[in-house]
Amino acid sequence: MLVAIIWGLAIILLLFSLFQNRAKTWRALIFAWKFFRSMALPVLATIWAIGFLLSFLTPSIISRAIGQESGWWGVTLAALFGSVVLIQAFIAFPLAGSLLRQGASVRAIAAFVTTLVMVGVITAPLEAKFFGRQFTFWRNFLSFILAILIALIMGSILR
Amino acid sequence: MKKFFSARNILILLALTNILVYFFAPAKALLILSNARTYLLEMLSVMPPILVLIGLFQVWVPRQTVERAMGSKSGLKGIMMAILVGTAAMGPLYAAFPLGVSLLEKGASLFNVAVFLCVWASVKIPMIFFEIKFLGPDFAGLRLALTLPSIILISFLLKTILKRRSFYEKT
Repeated sequence: MLVAIIWGLAIILLLFSLFQNRAKTWRALIFAWKFFRSMALPVLATIWAIGFLLSFLTPSIISRAIGQESGWWGVTLAALFGSVVLIQAFIAFPLAGSLLRQGASVRAIAAFVTTLVMVGVITAPLEAKFFGRQFTFWRNFLSFILAILIALIMGSILR
Repeated sequence: MKKFFSARNILILLALTNILVYFFAPAKALLILSNARTYLLEMLSVMPPILVLIGLFQVWVPRQTVERAMGSKSGLKGIMMAILVGTAAMGPLYAAFPLGVSLLEKGASLFNVAVFLCVWASVKIPMIFFEIKFLGPDFAGLRLALTLPSIILISFLLKTILKRRSFYEKT
């Protein structure tokens, strides 16, 4: 169902774009192809790693590390990890999804995904150059706190 | 160090490990491959249209459009446009930094720029489909529904803190 919607949307917009401007549509497809080429190997490596993860890490191991049993520790670990790393969503979402299916808690995964997009420790020096240190510190700090809050709420609603 | 951990080398390492596992536990090695294949098929079922959407957004909504959407003034309508366009424009958070600065220069408030940055970082239309695919509609929907009010709160607190301490200076 979801797959059909995405394909339908992409095809309709593509035809619409083609109708409006051929050269632009061609550029869009070339951009998509280049993006695919840059992502292909990392994504393939991630998928293979997920294969290992699903075969070796049993739900009980994952559950102890970042599952319901892990409590605060799991959420904190996931949030810190999400804050520090700089990962493409194309890699992060399948990985997070596979952990979720293997027994990770919604809380931990939500903390990871939310901090991943909102908090950037690695990009903080760059952010400070544009907006100043105070702005950067408070934006990231507040985002981190709210991310934990979002994770806790999501964990209590989705089980 | 960075060269060693390239995607290609990791792939080679994974392949060698997989072969090694095959010698000790053939069933396990095949299980790894079949698990990976399931995910590969799931990925391939959504990746082409999402890439096409990203390409189309990239061409039709380039970064300059975000600025132009603001117009020369930065009223509520302007910033709403910038935020809306920001969900369609592609690029990581750091791509939005120069845009945020130029919004400030056009007179947008600190609150509005903070909202713009946070929305840019956390809401990307093509990626929402991707999140639904791998984390489920409940997860993606709830995260989005909780993130938007959080962004308003973050930006409000940010504005209050920086104003009270009169810390904010343009760098």
